[in-house]
Amino acid sequence: MEVLRVKVWRGAEQGAFQSFEVPRQASQTVLDVITHIQRHLDASLAYRFACRVGMCGSCAMTVNGVARWTCRTHVDTVVKDGALEVAPLGQLPVIRDLVTDMAPFFDKWARARGRFRGTRSRHDEFARIAPQDADRRQADAGIECIGCGVCYASCDLVAWNPDYLGPAALNRAWTLVCDARDGAQAERLSAVGGDAGCHACHTQMGCSERCPKKISPTAGIAGLKRALARAVLKGAL
Amino acid sequence: MSARGETILWLAQRASAAVLALCVMVHLVTIVFAVQGGLSAAEILGRTRGSVVGLVFYATFVIAAAVHAPIGLRATLGEWLGWRGASRDVALVLFAIGLAVLGLRAVAGVFGGAA
Repeated sequence: MEVLRVKVWRGAEQGAFQSFEVPRQASQTVLDVITHIQRHLDASLAYRFACRVGMCGSCAMTVNGVARWTCRTHVDTVVKDGALEVAPLGQLPVIRDLVTDMAPFFDKWARARGRFRGTRSRHDEFARIAPQDADRRQADAGIECIGCGVCYASCDLVAWNPDYLGPAALNRAWTLVCDARDGAQAERLSAVGGDAGCHACHTQMGCSERCPKKISPTAGIAGLKRALARAVLKGAL
Repeated sequence: MSARGETILWLAQRASAAVLALCVMVHLVTIVFAVQGGLSAAEILGRTRGSVVGLVFYATFVIAAAVHAPIGLRATLGEWLGWRGASRDVALVLFAIGLAVLGLRAVAGVFGGAA
């Protein structure tokens, strides 16, 4: 039987890789490998997953040095010389083993005013926004983000400037800037500018390269820069 | 810095980059033509001194560089050295003034005076 050599991070910020041998299976995913270790080799291994089908965004980890969803990554596509190295998602505090603390990531969504603020009540008519509306199409391009953190872990700017809001929070803000129904536009634009905001992005596109949903946060960040420029030139900011 | 301040810096860097792109192309083409007539200091100064067009063009070039470079350096200092805040901005304003003064002095030396 073919065997996969797997190194898995154990510990928190301080720790070491532990080696395991896992039976190779056809169509095996990295999450299958981690689950095998936890169920058959070491029940104390901590990791996080829920849906197993690329919907929930909770199983992102660093596989052979690259941030990925483990549930949708086949071992075949990433294995190197019969070996895998699995570490927690980068740029986030490690709680234990493969589990990271996502709080700093989602705190930045809040800082970027990533919450919709409606301007109508239940007594008003629905807003009618045509499917072909230009702003709506731009919002649609970024709206499928499930908050897995792969883009955040792949962004060099987050490493260089820990305050940087990061691609996911800025992408979320951009979808709301494009939402004609939202009533917090000036406040949001103020929140996404500044030293830690969209202007810090160097357009290296690590986020867009790695996003498992094929979203381009880089395009959203460029949109935020344009929106801020328009607001400043009009004297609205 | 505020979102407004950061946006103004971004606009200034974009606008100065556009000016620099044009200036660099014109400068390189000019050099290619200029060297064909000889390259001694006297020959070059003979062609440049008193040229109002040259003076305006290179003064624009210097000012665009003095705007563009410090804004880029600002990000580099923040990301690589962790130097942020008012002290960085004061140092970069001084750097920008230094670039402009030295550059304009050179432009005056090459293009000023009688032909």
